Amino acid sequence: MSTPYKFIIINNNETLLLREIPVLSYDRYFEVADELLRKEGHHCVTCYAYMQSQGLKFICAIADDHAHQLKVFSYEMSSNSSRELPSLAASHSPMHIYEREIAENFGVIFTGHPWAKPVRYSWNRADRTNIINNYPFYRIDGGELHEVGVGPIHAGVIEPGHFRFLCNGETVLHLEIQHGWQHRGVEALFLSKAKLIQRTVLSESIAGDTAVGHSLAFVSLMESLGKITVPERLEKERTMALELERIAMHLGDLGNVNVGMAYQLASSVFGTLRTPVINYTQTWCGNRFGKGLNRVGGTYYPFNRELADKLNTLLDTVEKTAIPMADKLFSLPSFLMRSETIGSVTAEQMQLIGAVGMTARAAAVTRDIRQSHPFAAYKDHVIPTQTLEQGDVWARMMLRHLETQDAVRFVRDLSGHLNFESPLPRPTLEKDLTLTPDSICISLVEGWRGEICHSAITGSDGSVVHYKVKDPSFHNWFALALSLRDLEISDFPINNKSYNLSYCGFDL
Amino acid sequence: MALLAEVQILKRLGKQFIPDVSKPKVPGPFKGRPEISTDRVDEDTLVAICPTGAIAKTPVRIDMGKCVMCGECSFAFPNKIQFTTDYKLATNVRERLIIHEGDHSPIALDETRIRKEIRSLFGRSLKLRQISAAGSNADEAELNACGNPNFDMGRFGIEFLASPRHCDGIVITGPISENMAGPVQICYDAVPAPKMVILVGTDAISGGIFAGSKALDRTFLEKYPIDLYVPGNPPHPLTFVNGVLELIRKKKG
Repeated sequence: MSTPYKFIIINNNETLLLREIPVLSYDRYFEVADELLRKEGHHCVTCYAYMQSQGLKFICAIADDHAHQLKVFSYEMSSNSSRELPSLAASHSPMHIYEREIAENFGVIFTGHPWAKPVRYSWNRADRTNIINNYPFYRIDGGELHEVGVGPIHAGVIEPGHFRFLCNGETVLHLEIQHGWQHRGVEALFLSKAKLIQRTVLSESIAGDTAVGHSLAFVSLMESLGKITVPERLEKERTMALELERIAMHLGDLGNVNVGMAYQLASSVFGTLRTPVINYTQTWCGNRFGKGLNRVGGTYYPFNRELADKLNTLLDTVEKTAIPMADKLFSLPSFLMRSETIGSVTAEQMQLIGAVGMTARAAAVTRDIRQSHPFAAYKDHVIPTQTLEQGDVWARMMLRHLETQDAVRFVRDLSGHLNFESPLPRPTLEKDLTLTPDSICISLVEGWRGEICHSAITGSDGSVVHYKVKDPSFHNWFALALSLRDLEISDFPINNKSYNLSYCGFDL
Repeated sequence: MALLAEVQILKRLGKQFIPDVSKPKVPGPFKGRPEISTDRVDEDTLVAICPTGAIAKTPVRIDMGKCVMCGECSFAFPNKIQFTTDYKLATNVRERLIIHEGDHSPIALDETRIRKEIRSLFGRSLKLRQISAAGSNADEAELNACGNPNFDMGRFGIEFLASPRHCDGIVITGPISENMAGPVQICYDAVPAPKMVILVGTDAISGGIFAGSKALDRTFLEKYPIDLYVPGNPPHPLTFVNGVLELIRKKKG
């Protein structure tokens, strides 16, 4: 390699001066990305552009999962240079969604992009004449084919999104998922709502079902940029909250898939088992979704002995109820018929779309930030990573069951290691938080769906000049589309529920 | 043997439903209706603390239609503001969501302003079309919970249905994104009259933390009367169920 200095290596949650990130020519930027993405155990965790005074600046961070490092490099596009750039997605398909986002927001054209489609019709998109009702759906013409359009409003009480099925009789040839209905302008609000408490509340509202996961990414980012270290005890308590969120959501989803299967016993058992878990979170912090728990620098709700006792009772209930139910469920021939080989995706497909989290792990792709880029208490405490081969509805269900049981044991173990005597600080006051100027930080968290990535850039006065959010669903929706290929359209609901991806996390 | 396993599972599950939804106490430091004392504090500091501008001064008031229940005001001024666990926050009059200092009375519906047809037509059966208009999935999850075996609002004849044609009103969650403004209108138009509009969650009532975002289009709300406001971030299922019951049924005794 001609220039040895082609990227800078940082850790998860490490603050870096922006000027330390190598600025490469686009050719070189392309080469470096291409070289890294070909390597085993490497995947892009975030790639975005933002407007600086001199023009667009691209930031690309590629994770090396084996070395536990992030390799970061950049490119600056001057305002008078060509808006056309060769597409990385042409040879590295997981990049498709990052390039589509940059194209939509800034009007950059990525030549050779395999499928340059709008992402979410953000309010600040480059071309406001492009509206959500004119989305360019994929079409197949033919007298025997028909299309089924569903949404944006769905039958149940769920978020909006539009599904377009191209069908040959009952068989789905292709499912296209159109997003954008949920777009609230989250990233812009992170800048315009400048108070710390506003940003904290906002982070809890990116995806209400992942309030703990997203707010953990946010507070970790602010603490790193603000040079605040938090006590080990607080790291443990945050980790427990994150795993409790995983338990609650996995149980809820195990129930929900069974609603789709019309297996009433399991839907009731798993569904109602979620209730004591979220009620426990409310007992801890006053909110069933864990809002209020993660605060920069400290906590309003220290864990205590009384909570620990209640936690043990709760975890026992979860184990004693969920395990016999799962044993029954996974041995039931009617359930196996509805779940095995239904909606299968392959490991190769998951690599190609850049799937993350449990969507990837259910199809033999081991991606878990808790191991590869440990944060909070995962730095010292290891939770097993479960990986299954099948990639079908069964695997996504079984994975949830296994991860729930792992999380139960892990939370029990962590709470046993808590020292209630060691004091916990109250949250940092706004006036006491000064962010390092001209810096960047990337925070990765393994939420229950998978890899959450927040990144912030500060200006010369320490104010946040850019904030970037990535929910795992940003990658994973494509998996649902692939699951539906050659499947009967009536299998859509159980597949959709087996993934339970986030609409608002994608649309931001 | 197989059947025995199922019986054991059921036995373990036990009875889940809450017999009287107006009675249960909710656990923990739940943030329901706040009480504001008449203590003197630095009101400008207090007002500035709130992330959503829900607090006003002289006299100090909290607008529950804007409050995101972060509790920041109460942590800074515990003698001035305390959140009670009273989850009965729903009302049919927007102004009634504003809590005044020194006034510790519960939030209630204004009976005189409930449209007559609501009680005569919907008292025993209310079918609703829920529309998530950029909702964060927390409000939606709690609305789903209203129908689960614990809260079981189906026993009161209250149910969410798929087709707006079969419904008596719409329930909006989320701050209403520009991209959802069209679908919200289409869905409302498809509901046969007489119909009601219920706003669930702080985001729907005021925009919440998203208020002022350029990605929103809230003009729909200017066009129609709102029959019920259900505040919360998200509202507890008991807040929704009790609010709707008070709207559609006369209080007994």
